[in-house]
Amino acid sequence: MSEAPADRDSILELTELTKRFGGLLAVDSVSLQIKRGEVFALIGPNGAGKTTLFNSVTGMFRPTSGRVVFDGRVITGSKPHEVARLGIARTFQNIRLFDFMTAVDNVKVGRHVRMKAKVWDSLFKLPRERHEEERVTEEAMELLRFVGIARFANHYARNLPYGQQRRLEIARALATEPKLLLLDEPAAGFTPQEKVELMELVRKILTRGITVFLIEHDMKLVMGISERIVVLDHGEKIAEGPPEEVRKDRRVIEAYLGKSA
Amino acid sequence: MPAARSLWSRLHLRERIRDRDTAVYGVLLIVALVWPMATIFATGDTFLTSQAAHAGTWVLLAVGLNVVVGFAGLLDLGYAAFFAIGAYSYALFASFQLASSPLHHAYHLPFWLMLFVGMFVAAAFGAILGFPTLRLRGDYLAIVTLGFGEIVPQLFLNLDQWTGGINAIGSIDQPSLPAWITGPWAGANDIAIVRDFNFSFDPVAYYVLIVILIIGAVILVNNLHRSRLGRAWMAIREDEVAAAAMGINTVTTKLLAFAIGASFSGFAGAYYGASFGLVSPDSFLFVVSVTVLVMVVLGGMGNIAGVIIGAIAIYFLLNSVLSSLPANLQSLSNAIGLGWLNNSNGAWPGLSELAQRLQFLLYGLILVLMMLLRPQGIFPSRIREQELKHAVATEEETVVEQAHAS
Ligand SMILES: Nc1ncnc2c1ncn2[C@@H]1O[C@H](COP(=O)(O)OP(=O)(O)O)[C@@H](O)[C@H]1O
Ligand SMILES: [Mg+2]
Repeated sequence: MSEAPADRDSILELTELTKRFGGLLAVDSVSLQIKRGEVFALIGPNGAGKTTLFNSVTGMFRPTSGRVVFDGRVITGSKPHEVARLGIARTFQNIRLFDFMTAVDNVKVGRHVRMKAKVWDSLFKLPRERHEEERVTEEAMELLRFVGIARFANHYARNLPYGQQRRLEIARALATEPKLLLLDEPAAGFTPQEKVELMELVRKILTRGITVFLIEHDMKLVMGISERIVVLDHGEKIAEGPPEEVRKDRRVIEAYLGKSA
Repeated sequence: MPAARSLWSRLHLRERIRDRDTAVYGVLLIVALVWPMATIFATGDTFLTSQAAHAGTWVLLAVGLNVVVGFAGLLDLGYAAFFAIGAYSYALFASFQLASSPLHHAYHLPFWLMLFVGMFVAAAFGAILGFPTLRLRGDYLAIVTLGFGEIVPQLFLNLDQWTGGINAIGSIDQPSLPAWITGPWAGANDIAIVRDFNFSFDPVAYYVLIVILIIGAVILVNNLHRSRLGRAWMAIREDEVAAAAMGINTVTTKLLAFAIGASFSGFAGAYYGASFGLVSPDSFLFVVSVTVLVMVVLGGMGNIAGVIIGAIAIYFLLNSVLSSLPANLQSLSNAIGLGWLNNSNGAWPGLSELAQRLQFLLYGLILVLMMLLRPQGIFPSRIREQELKHAVATEEETVVEQAHAS
């Protein structure tokens, strides 16, 4: 991972990022720049390549070509755990919790990467390991309170109501102390009221100094919260800019709004 | 009565007993303490104590394999190979064997040192084997460990210049201690302290040793289970992709499980070498790996207390129930006037001979029955219990859905 000539303002910079599956160009030479402290939204119809773009950033897929720069470092092709350690956390479109672990343990797994206990500390339960465990349990509870599901702390993740599972995934991601949080359709399947509440949560996350990169299907929802939007269609970036502009863009209306209208 | 009740509640006994695992540990500990005294008193000899010490070797193996299979969800089919490596490490460096090897020098390193050497050597082999394989998908690990389990005893057999091959390594050194307590159980008249004690196949001494080793192992494994590492193993088992996205290096985390499991096997191997006094390649065949795996699965994968019970149950089944079945059947049929069943006659081999032949078929049947009746094991971990319930429920759901669809 080498240093890249950095724009101090930008936390994530994609340059002509491309991901190809056989003959399918899922992400087609997409460039974008996310500034520190903003909510950046990625929208586009189903199959546009949004999730694939997330996967290429977080190291789950190796990009076919292009470059990913995070916080001044080139991270193209890094492993998922390396990316997480550097400070990118994510949630999944189809919730991926540790189903048979309790909510609080799920969040504690998120703390893993910031914990110091080595095998020896754990084997012999040395005092500093015990203290770290106590502290991490506290921090995990604090995060559960932050996302508003503390009362489910000792429930198995799979027994949580759907909406709370989404929140638990966010708490788990926050536990890794990210600088950048990627949310893949966090409000999917939510009622309008729940969506509003979720956007409240996103605002709260921003106040912690975390940049949010959000995939969302509901254009109206995004309009209220993001300063800038990128629209993807068939893997290609077809528009970028403030919500009011993007919403008037002819190609966007055709590709995206046109279908739902 | 009220006084008794308040004492009862003050000790929080009810809560503790309600915690099933704690209760199981408590019972096991009491039985372990009473066992030698009770059996020596009842039978007048130490046979049952030495049997229990033997069973303890298997308990140690099962507790170790549980880290690999139960915690991390990795299928290791060659666990006996690490057991062999531990046993041979001790046997080679604590006997006259190497005098007749190209080295022409016999080593007699102390048992207490070799216990840890065996452990580290086995862990190192575990790491060497695991590193290239754990990057691949789960099924590869099963195949590679299966192969490793076949190769290792074969190597010890064929490197006969060093290991004596089929002739095995005998007269292995016995552990010694600066002081020990002796008593009527060891043939002495009074309880007394002896200096410069040598184990020399003293069943009680070996029993005490293995109980201490098991207690130590259980404490360490329990600590691991409820730690950063234990959570990471669980997370990988639940969802490897999500675990990696949380910053867990799945390859090294799995490697740790594999190496730690191997180290327990190496540890147990050194104990086995000393307590048995003889190490031979055919003590470490595939059937040993499978037996330990059965103990883990049957006892309740992931749950340490369950795995201990599983190991004891299978040991008892194999070494007592099934092995004495032919003789017992013979005397039973004699006693109830069906003695003629014991005579072989044409195709009929005689009852006890038949039981002898069918031992492993019976073993298999018992295993199948137990897995059908209690798929989660005797004392499963709560997670495992939930997983299986969930699996059954989803299956039923799909059946219902399919029924609706058609
Ligand atoms: N692992 C994969 N292998 C092959 N094709 C994939 C894979 N993941 C996604 N795709 C394809 O890439 C395209 C973009 O998918 P995706 O990124 O999930 O879209 P979105 O998240 O915008 O709905 C789809 O056509 C999808 O079928
Ligand atoms: Mg998607």
